[in-house]
Amino acid sequence: MMNEQKSKSLWSHAWDSLISDKLTVLSMIIVVAYSLIAVTSALGLIAGDWSQEVGPSYAAPSSDYIFGLDIFGRSVFAKTIKGTEVAMSVGLVTGILTVIIGVFLGALAGYFGGKVDEVIVWFYTTFSSIPSIMLLVGICFIVGKGILAVYLSLGLTSWVSLCRLIRGEFIRHKDREYVQAATAIGGGDYRKIFKHILPNVLHIVIINFSLQFQVAIKSEVILSYLGLGVQGVPSWGTMINDAKLELARGNWWQLAAATAAMMIVVLAFNILGDSLRDALDPKLKGK
Amino acid sequence: MSLTSYIIRRLLYVIPVLLGVCFLVFLLFNVVSPDPTISMLGKHATQAQVLELREVLGLNEPLHIQYFNTVKSAFTFDFGRSWSTKQEISEMIKSGAIPSATVTFPAFIISFLLSVSISLFVAFYRGTFFDRAAVVVCVTLMSISSLVYILVGQWFFAFHLGWFEISGYEEGFPDVVPYVLLPILIIVVLSVGPDVRFYRTIMLDEIYQDYVRTARAKGLSEKVIMFKHVLKNAMVSIITYVVLKIPFLILGSLLIESFFGIPGLGGITLKAVNSSDYPVIKAMTVLSAIALIIFNLLTDVLYKVVDPRVQLK
Repeated sequence: MMNEQKSKSLWSHAWDSLISDKLTVLSMIIVVAYSLIAVTSALGLIAGDWSQEVGPSYAAPSSDYIFGLDIFGRSVFAKTIKGTEVAMSVGLVTGILTVIIGVFLGALAGYFGGKVDEVIVWFYTTFSSIPSIMLLVGICFIVGKGILAVYLSLGLTSWVSLCRLIRGEFIRHKDREYVQAATAIGGGDYRKIFKHILPNVLHIVIINFSLQFQVAIKSEVILSYLGLGVQGVPSWGTMINDAKLELARGNWWQLAAATAAMMIVVLAFNILGDSLRDALDPKLKGK
Repeated sequence: MSLTSYIIRRLLYVIPVLLGVCFLVFLLFNVVSPDPTISMLGKHATQAQVLELREVLGLNEPLHIQYFNTVKSAFTFDFGRSWSTKQEISEMIKSGAIPSATVTFPAFIISFLLSVSISLFVAFYRGTFFDRAAVVVCVTLMSISSLVYILVGQWFFAFHLGWFEISGYEEGFPDVVPYVLLPILIIVVLSVGPDVRFYRTIMLDEIYQDYVRTARAKGLSEKVIMFKHVLKNAMVSIITYVVLKIPFLILGSLLIESFFGIPGLGGITLKAVNSSDYPVIKAMTVLSAIALIIFNLLTDVLYKVVDPRVQLK
């Protein structure tokens, strides 16, 4: 009972400190807004007609065409929204993959130690010795270009740092009194890992998820630019790629729309990640 | 544990990691990746042609031999020939390393000096408007895609203003300058954001330590504290962070090199990716892994040498 109340107060304390900062609240609103746009776009409620020709090629932004039109006379605004859907889904899926792999391997290594630890440490040392761009390329070759390749390659390459952190935390926690108490009343390994220790290291997962989200969005843009990313659907990366040729003719709006759309959400996640760290990581409190 | 036995142990650990890297590379490019002969010969190739090409490329060997060959290449640096250009890969790497380093090395030095100075300055004025503004600028700089810096930089400074060459490369010292100046500048701008933010955190970690309070209590000036105490201790973390960037200097920047037409290793890699040139991709992967492993080891040893308080495990 006591424990339950205490842990609740930690989270509510963190929440209070989060919403007391205006910039953090603004970031949260931005993230929620982007998520809503992504979901409604995925359901086909908005921007479903992004591939329609709505006006002359390269019409400049005006009251008719809010972000202007691209080479085929398609609305840059609709493409930006479709790109939001891609970016947010990439952030979410790779974030979830990272958490699953990182937490699972990190928990096993830290909790069991010994041979299990050695194997997992060897595995992630090996993995992190290969530059992630090369792994991305390899995975793209195997599953074929497309959104699946982006999900898998980003998810499979970004779990190492979380795994390291979680392993370290489990090593610190596994001999604490509360875990010994759990052993004394007959708690099994599974129960101790997931019910007892994991809630105590959850803040690291949350902070990491928030920062990982924006790294994934940035990487998706580069992958799509390199031609290894999404195919057939607009993404901010392909929009920037188009802009490579447009800029010399003075058509700046496609580049501006994609850049601004990406910058706002990445900035929001950066600020949110920092605030989460300040609110949840007691070691840094007061700095 | 003594330093020597630590170094020996770490050196021995390189072997299983390198074997693991080779295995992953082998798994990715020799086992699960799609048959390269299809993309090389086109759809209408006959069965005999495919078999012949597979024989030439060494793909008909048993898998354990193919794995052994991958491992062998990692130790002998003999990666065979490129499938698309038929050049010796080790030669390609040798000729690509210099253009890559010509761009990355000056950028590395400049951005290191710049970032450390800015972060010292910012840490000195911590908590003030300056500090907050610097952090906001850093995070904003980091939130813009690196593609945009390259695109806009190339368009504005090289195309619009004509200050630099738009793209290309020339060998020899004075000739090379107009080609590499803008790429260097862009790399510096790209790395200043994250670096300043990271160094600032490290310095602030140090500033709140007890020894700084002691120094202040002794009556030392803030300047002496910053340069003699904080910077020295922060350097331990900064060095370990910086050394790990060195392998990437040799590898070059994929995007920068392709945009500016610099014939470095990044450009070679990107070309290989686009033409499914597996031996080149494998060679670059193994090579960069070796570089990363070595510099990782170096960092750990350096860490110990610079800071005797670090416990060896």
